[in-house]
Amino acid sequence: MSHPHNADANHEANNAAVMAEIKKVTILLSVLTIVELILGFWMIGISSAALRLAIKGVIIILMMSKAFYIVAYFMHLKHEVKNLIMTIIVPLSLFVWFIGAFLWDGSSFKNLRNTYNPYFKEQSTIKVEKKESEHGAATHGAEKHEAVKHEAGAGEAKQKPADEKYY
Amino acid sequence: MSTSTTASPNEAKLWGGGKSPFNLEYGKVMMWYFLMSDAFTFGAFLISYGTVRFSTNGWPDSNQVFRSFPFAPEGVHAPLVFVSIMTFILIVSSVTMVLAVHAGHNMDKKGVVRNMILTIIGGIAFLSCQAWEWNHLFHEGAWWGANPFLNADGTASSTNFTNFFFTITGFHGFHVFSGVLINIIMLIMTLLDKFEQRGHYLMIEKAGLYWHFVDLVWVFVFTIFYLL
Repeated sequence: MSHPHNADANHEANNAAVMAEIKKVTILLSVLTIVELILGFWMIGISSAALRLAIKGVIIILMMSKAFYIVAYFMHLKHEVKNLIMTIIVPLSLFVWFIGAFLWDGSSFKNLRNTYNPYFKEQSTIKVEKKESEHGAATHGAEKHEAVKHEAGAGEAKQKPADEKYY
Repeated sequence: MSTSTTASPNEAKLWGGGKSPFNLEYGKVMMWYFLMSDAFTFGAFLISYGTVRFSTNGWPDSNQVFRSFPFAPEGVHAPLVFVSIMTFILIVSSVTMVLAVHAGHNMDKKGVVRNMILTIIGGIAFLSCQAWEWNHLFHEGAWWGANPFLNADGTASSTNFTNFFFTITGFHGFHVFSGVLINIIMLIMTLLDKFEQRGHYLMIEKAGLYWHFVDLVWVFVFTIFYLL
């Protein structure tokens, strides 16, 4: 520090390190986003519920890592004093309980309604037939026909096992 | 850390008085606490969305809802494309904000001005994209209390989907709007040499924290609404 040219050199080196870090985090965030989008596109054509759930899990992990890079490097939290990091992170850890408790409660409410409220369950199995034509307009005629056909087919398939139950 | 013997001389100095034990300026500490409270607000919104979605049998498929693109011919469906552009706009504007803060560290007024202008342009571009998307959805019949989209399995949907979508993206868009205003004020203050007179660009750092938080929230909103 006593030599001014030495301090300058330090400053230069520090500058380069900061720029390298910004570059690294930018690339990381872009790559993570692109992977997320690829998974999103891939998921459009997948109907297996288990595989969809697995992809969603991966997307959530990628989302959390993006959040980490933004907070740690862009918001500089990683380079702050430990006390500050703790005053931010410890209260936010309440979210672990929030998310777990509320999602659990939501799915429990759904199960209770499906079990004890036959009307609710029935309503959520009735396919809407012609409603699409009201807002879909003439933009996707062919697709609409297919959708209707598909719905009709699915409806029949749904109907049969239900009928059999009554006999 | 539990006993005094493990406390390093560094730490003793930190809590010895005379300076911030967080080694951070007061305004920045307060900005962190504000952002933490804001995180709880957004968290409450997103968790209530998740709770309602988990308590319902059917839910609209986001790839069916968000599949439009400006200037695309009728009938062309491009799910995820438009929102991925919005996401990249926000990431890039976050990077230019980091560069502005870094320029401020070096007392480089020119760098601050250039990067603040780029950040403001990014913010305005994001808001324009969102305005287009809202307008488009509105003309498809979606609004608070109106949901033209069926559930993914073809059953009738409730208005929960659109209510949450417009409330949460609206609240986030309002944050982006405030961020753009704050950044414009910071740009004007830089141009008026306010920070040169003060000898530091700490205000740019505080505005930067807020702007990164807006980007952070979008990471969650984007993933939860458009991908999951």
